[in-house]
Amino acid sequence: MPINNYIYLAVALFSIGVAGVLTRRNAIIIFMCIELMLNAVNLLLVAFSKMHYANAAAVDPSSIVGTEAQLFVFFIMVVAAAEVSVGLAIIVMMYRNIHSVDVNFLNRLKH
Amino acid sequence: MEITQILFWFLAILAVFGALMMVTSKNPVYSVLWLIVVFFAISGHYILLNAQFLAVVNIIVYAGAIMVLFLFVIMLMNMNAETEPQKNKWLKIAGTVAGGSLMLVFIAALRQTEILQEQQVNMGGEAGLIKTLGKTLFTDYVLPFEISSVLFLSAMVGAVVIGKKGD
Repeated sequence: MPINNYIYLAVALFSIGVAGVLTRRNAIIIFMCIELMLNAVNLLLVAFSKMHYANAAAVDPSSIVGTEAQLFVFFIMVVAAAEVSVGLAIIVMMYRNIHSVDVNFLNRLKH
Repeated sequence: MEITQILFWFLAILAVFGALMMVTSKNPVYSVLWLIVVFFAISGHYILLNAQFLAVVNIIVYAGAIMVLFLFVIMLMNMNAETEPQKNKWLKIAGTVAGGSLMLVFIAALRQTEILQEQQVNMGGEAGLIKTLGKTLFTDYVLPFEISSVLFLSAMVGAVVIGKKGD
């Protein structure tokens, strides 16, 4: 499989995520679009790691090239999970205060 | 066409279609369900790339835990298509044009890079197996691993503090 296919797929998913962040006004949907963008980048990272794995293994059999990139993806997932828990708490707090999740109401920093 | 190619195209179309439906559906609950479809498609890609550990973690963490959290919050707020915020039509068009332009710029830039044209993704290898990943994780990356547990603890405490009702 050529690497281009994976790059174009990741670019498509990332751009859909960007368009979703720009078009939707619902704070939760915006959050989900950010998750989509993170996943597009993760997929690209795994594809690149597999692309480089063969070359690195040919030069040095004890190389950990493919493993390292997959661990980076693992840490991205860990940080994203922590981010989601705090972000959803903030959204719940915001809903409790202004009874809406419309980001248009967030144009001021205080009441 | 080989079976991996057929699977790749099926999963790619499923992922892009699910992402589009996620962005366009009015009801937030349907958005969550479509995003779960996207995550399953991405997990399928991980399996195709021989990254089994990441595929399983992706399903457990993203499609399982995080999406249940989203669904729970959406149902807590009792949101549906009627409570969806009203949005400007021009803003919608501008956002779509901006996202499409970004994709065009990316694709145009990538088409210029000649070094990528003949590179192939190696499907085999054992880099994605849990054994090798665990060995690297608990030797070279044991400090980030421990720090991430502290990060999780602080995120948990932060979520409780933020979500606590009033003072």
